[in-house]
Amino acid sequence: MSLCPGWAGPLTVEKPRPNPITAAWPRPRPHGDPTPPEDLSAAVWSLVPALYAPCASRGWCCSGWPRLETPECLSTRPLLGPFLAGRAVGHGGVKELFSSLGVECNVLELDQVDDGAKVQEVLSEITNQKTVPNVFVNKVHVGGCDQTFQAYQSGLLQKLLQEDSAYDYDLIIVGGGSGGLSCAKEAAILGKKVMVLDFVVPSPQGTSWGLGGTCVNVGCIPKKLMHQAALLGQALCDSRKFGWEYNQQVKHNWETMTKAIQNHISSLNWGYRLSLREKAVAYVNSYGEFVEHHKIKATNKKGQETYYTAAQFVIATGERPRYLGIQGDKEYCITSDDLFSLPYCPGKTLVVGASYVALECAGFLAGFGLDVTVMVRSILLRGFDQEMAEKVGSYMEQHGVKFLRKFIPVMIQQLEKGSPGKLKVLAKSTEGTETIEGVYNTVLLAIGRDSCTRKMGLEKIGVKINEKSGKIPVNDVEQTSVPYVYAVGDVSEGKPELTPVAIQSGKLLARRLFGASLEKCDYINVPTTVFTPLEYGCCGLAEEKAIEVYKKENLEIYHTLFWPLEWTVAGRENNTCYAKIICNKLDHDRVIGFHILGPNAGEVTQGFAAAMKCGLTKQLLDDTIGIHPTCGEVFTTLEITKSSGLDITQKGC
Amino acid sequence: MAAMAVALRGLGGRFRWRTQAVAGGVRGAARGAAAGQRDYDLLVIGGGSGGLACAKEAAQLGRKVAVVDYVEPSPQGTRWGLGGTCVNVGCIPKKLMHQAALLGGLIQDAPHYGWEVAQPVPHDWRKMAEAVQNHVKSLNWGHRVQLQDRKVKYFNIKASFVDEHTVCGVAKGGKEILLSADHIIIATGGRPRYPTHIEGALEYGITSDDIFWLKESPGKTLVVGASYVALECAGFLTGIGLDTTVMIRSIPLRGFDQQMSSMVIEHMASHGTQFLRGCAPSRVRRLPDGHLQVTWEDCTTGKEDTGTFDTVLWAIGRVPDTRSLNLEKAGVDTSPDTQKILVDSREGTSVPHIYAIGDVVEGRPELTPTAIMAGRLLVQRLFGGSSDLMDYDNVPTTVFTPLEYGCVGLSEEEAVARHGQEHVEVYHAHYKPLEFTVAGRDASQCYVKMVCLREPPQLVLGLHFLGPNAGEVTQGFALGIKCGASYAQVMRTVGIHPTCSEEVVKLRISKRSGLDPTVTGC
Repeated sequence: MSLCPGWAGPLTVEKPRPNPITAAWPRPRPHGDPTPPEDLSAAVWSLVPALYAPCASRGWCCSGWPRLETPECLSTRPLLGPFLAGRAVGHGGVKELFSSLGVECNVLELDQVDDGAKVQEVLSEITNQKTVPNVFVNKVHVGGCDQTFQAYQSGLLQKLLQEDSAYDYDLIIVGGGSGGLSCAKEAAILGKKVMVLDFVVPSPQGTSWGLGGTCVNVGCIPKKLMHQAALLGQALCDSRKFGWEYNQQVKHNWETMTKAIQNHISSLNWGYRLSLREKAVAYVNSYGEFVEHHKIKATNKKGQETYYTAAQFVIATGERPRYLGIQGDKEYCITSDDLFSLPYCPGKTLVVGASYVALECAGFLAGFGLDVTVMVRSILLRGFDQEMAEKVGSYMEQHGVKFLRKFIPVMIQQLEKGSPGKLKVLAKSTEGTETIEGVYNTVLLAIGRDSCTRKMGLEKIGVKINEKSGKIPVNDVEQTSVPYVYAVGDVSEGKPELTPVAIQSGKLLARRLFGASLEKCDYINVPTTVFTPLEYGCCGLAEEKAIEVYKKENLEIYHTLFWPLEWTVAGRENNTCYAKIICNKLDHDRVIGFHILGPNAGEVTQGFAAAMKCGLTKQLLDDTIGIHPTCGEVFTTLEITKSSGLDITQKGC
Repeated sequence: MAAMAVALRGLGGRFRWRTQAVAGGVRGAARGAAAGQRDYDLLVIGGGSGGLACAKEAAQLGRKVAVVDYVEPSPQGTRWGLGGTCVNVGCIPKKLMHQAALLGGLIQDAPHYGWEVAQPVPHDWRKMAEAVQNHVKSLNWGHRVQLQDRKVKYFNIKASFVDEHTVCGVAKGGKEILLSADHIIIATGGRPRYPTHIEGALEYGITSDDIFWLKESPGKTLVVGASYVALECAGFLTGIGLDTTVMIRSIPLRGFDQQMSSMVIEHMASHGTQFLRGCAPSRVRRLPDGHLQVTWEDCTTGKEDTGTFDTVLWAIGRVPDTRSLNLEKAGVDTSPDTQKILVDSREGTSVPHIYAIGDVVEGRPELTPTAIMAGRLLVQRLFGGSSDLMDYDNVPTTVFTPLEYGCVGLSEEEAVARHGQEHVEVYHAHYKPLEFTVAGRDASQCYVKMVCLREPPQLVLGLHFLGPNAGEVTQGFALGIKCGASYAQVMRTVGIHPTCSEEVVKLRISKRSGLDPTVTGC
C-alpha cells in the first residue's frame, strides 16, 4: 500500500493534443503559491526523453506527438533538482521532505493544468507508476512517496541530489559485450562521458579473450564459422554430384580452421578497441565491483585497484558456461569458452547438455568427421518448439551424432594426458540405477549458463538480483531496483539471450538516457536461429506455448515438408526439411508462430519476423508471391493444416 | 457416342486416335457445339507453371479439364517434356547450374576452413548436365502423374483455335483432334528471341532453350544480351570454369534498379566474366576448325571487332508463343508491338470466356509463381465462386547471378519518379557476410538498400538485396512490404545474428546523409 495512493483515474479534460514545444501549459494560475518555475512544460519534456518511449507499445510517436522525437523539442534545459508531479490536494509530505533537505522542488499539479491527463498518461508510460506524486531527481525516476522516503533513508536521495558533474563519468558500463558496447558507443555519440569496464575471467581451462564479449569471442561468430566449415564439408560431398571432380578423401584440419577463425576474432577485438577510441569512450580492462552508491572499484590483471564514479551505470556482464559440480568437471572438461580456440582437434567428443549451444557444437564437430555423442538429461532445446527440436535431433542422429538420452554424468576421470587426452566418463540414468561408462578425448559441457552478477558488489548498492538465477530483474526501460543502475543483455531477467537483442536494448537505453529518443526495446516476436547442421529458424510462439496461451481449438497450424531444389541433384534426403506456422483463428488467422527447419533458416526467418511485426496473417501469406526456386517460398503455399491429419510428405517434386 | 464423330482431318492418324479416345473415354466435339455439349468445362493451352496450376485447381473443383501442351523443338532441335519453361529450360535447371557454380566457390573456400582439397578442382559438364536433366525428367514425370491423379486429360498436341470455343490439336505424327470447351485459358508462355537479322544467328547460335540440355560443355561462350537470363547463364558458365564473355548493347537488367544492376555486373566482372559493353553483334560464321567467329560493332565508335568462341548464346529477350494459335479465329486481341495477349484485371481477353495468364500476357511479370497464383485465382473465380483478383504489385523476385540480387517493390529510380526526390529516403549499407571473412572473399558488392517514403512513418516502397541467398532473404520482407511495413517497423525487428538478412533490419544510414554506409563490427 502506498502511503498516499493519490489520484489514479484518468482526468476528464479533453483537449486537442498540444504541440509539446509551443504548448502553453501549465498556464499561469490566477492565484496560488509558488509560481511554477518558468516554462515547467519544457522541464517535463526534458524528463520524457530520458525515460519515456511510447512508440513500441502505443505508437504515439508516430501518430500523436510526432515531434517528440525531433531533437529541437528535446533540447530543453535539463531539469536539475527534484521534480514532482502530483495533484494540488497533497503530496504525502514529499515536498516537505525536499524542503527539509534545503532543496527547492518543482511541482506540477496535474489537476490544475490543461492536458494534465496527457501528462499523467505520459508519466505512467514513462515510469509504470500510475499514482501521484511521481518524483524525479536529476532526471532519475525515484517513484512515489514510499520510494522517495526509502531513498531518503538509504541515502540514495541525497546522492541523487548532488550535481551530475560531481561524477567522473556520465555513464559507466560494466561489461564489454554486444550490449555494453552498443550502449557505450551510442552514449558517446550523444556527447556523454562514458567508460567501459571489461574483464574476462579466464575459464577453468585458462582460456581468455579480448574485447567484445561472448558473441564475438566464444559465441555466435566462431560457432557460425565452424558451422560454415561443417556445411562446406557437406558442400564438398554435394559438389561431386554437380560435376566437380576431385579425390574422394578430403580431410579436415582443425588447426587451420581454428587459426583462421581466431585471426578473424582478433581483428574484431581490435575493431572494437578502435571504435571505442574513435568515440572517446574510456576503455579499462579491469574487473568492476560496486563499492558504494555511484562508485565502482576497477581491479586490473595485476591487482591494481582504481575507483571511478558515475551518474549512471549499465550492467552488461553477460553469462558464462555452467559446470556440473561433479568430480573432475572443472579439471578435465571444456566448455564453449574453450572449444573455439582449442589448439588441437578435440577428437572423440562427449557433449553434455541439449541446449542450442550443445547441439550446435555437436553438429559441427560431427560435420568435421569426429565421433560425437550428446548426453541429454531430458528434452532437447528447452523453450523451443518441441516438434522442431525433435526434428533437429533426428536429423543430427541420421548424420552420425549419437544421442544418450536420460543420462547425466557423475564423474570424469583422466586416463591419459595429451592433446587431446583420454577421459573416462561415468554417467547414471535419470530414471533408474543404471550406470554407463565411456571413454572420450574431450568432454564439452553445454548444460546452461550462469549470469555474472554475484561478485560485483551489487548488494552494496542494493541492486536486487534473482537469488536463484543470479539475473537482474529490470522494468521495461531496463532499470534495476536502483534507479540509476540499468541492466541489458543476458544478465537481465526474462529477456531473450541474444546478441541483437542486447545491442538493440543497449542502444535504445543510451538514447533514452541521454535524450535522443523515447523508444523502448520491443522484446516481442524476437526471431532466432539455431545453427545445427539443419538450421532451425523461428519467430513467435512454440506450438506448446501457443496452445497453452490460446487453447488448441483457437489455433490453426499449417505445415509441410519440403525438399530444397539444391538437395535433389545432390541426392540428399526428401521429407526432412519442414515448415510450420501457427495461426490464431480468433484474430484473423494472425501468424503467432513461425518455424522452419532447412538450409539458410536464418536468412529465411528474418524477413518473416519483420512481417510478423507488421501483423502478418495467413491471408497475407497466401496473397504473397513466392520467389522461385527458394526454400522461403514454401510459406506462401501452405495448405495442409495439422488438424486435417493429411499427409505432408512430398512425392516427386 | 454420337459425339465420337470427331472431325478429323489427318487420315493416317484417324484409327489410332479413335482407339485412344475410346480408351480414355474422351468425347470429341462437333464444331460449334453448344454450351453443355462441349467436351470440357475448361481447356488449358500450355502445360507450363500457369497452365498446370489452372488445370489442377479446376479439377480439384470438380470440373472436367484438359491440358494441351506441345514443345516446338528449338532451332537447334532441343525439346523437352511437360512442365513448361520453368521446369525444363528456366528456373529449375538454371538454379541447379547456379548451385553447381556456387559449389565451385565453396570448394575454393574450403581450404580456408580446414578442408584439405587440392586446388584447382576441374568440373565435368557432362556429369552436371546429366544430373540436372535427370532431375528435370523426374519433374516432367511428376507433372504427368499429378494430372493423372486429378483426372485432368493431357494431350501432347500443338493447338490452334478453330473458333472461339474449339481448338484443333496436331500431334507429333500429324494426326489432328478437335477439342471444345466452355472456358479456355491460354498459357503458352514465351520462347527466346532470335536476332534473325544477324547472319548466322539462327544457324550457329543457341538460346536458353538449349544450354541446359547440352550433352557437352559449351566451352568458350559468348552470351549476347543483358537480360537476367543472359547474366545468370554467363554467371554459372564462368563459375564452372568456362571462358565467358557477355555482350551488352545498352543497359544491364532493364527494369531493375540500376544501381543494383551495375553492382551485379561489377561483381561478375571481378569474378572472371568478361564484358563487351556498348557492342552489338553483326554476324556469326563457322570457321573451318569448327569454332564460331563473331563479328561485332562498337556502337559508339562504329569500329568492328571479331572474336572466336565455341558457343554463342542469345539471351536478348523472349517472344510470346502466340503465332501458331490462330488467335484471330477466336477473336482474341494481341498487342501489335509485342504480340502478347491483352487482358483485363480478371485475366479476361477480348473474348469473354477466353482467358490468358503467364508470360504470354501483355504487361505481367514473367515469373513462375505469378503465373501459378494468377492461374489459381482465375480458376477459383471461374469455378469456385471467388472474386479475388490477382495483385501484381510488390512481386518479389531474385536474379540468380553469382552474387544473388533479390528485390521487391519499387526501384530507386521508379520511387523517385513516382514520389519525387525530396519525398524518398533511401537507407543503405555495404556489409560483409561472416562466411566471407575467413574465406578471404571480397565483399565489395554485398549491399542492401531500402527505398522508403521520407515522411513518417516512412512506408517501405522497395527493398534491394545483393548478397548470398538473396532469394531466401527477400521472401519474408516481401510479406512485410505487403503488410505495409514502415521503416520504423522494420527497424524494430530484432536481427538474427549472424546472418546476412539482419543487415536489412540494421539499416540506419540514409543516402541523403552522405555518411559512409559500410557496416563495421557486428
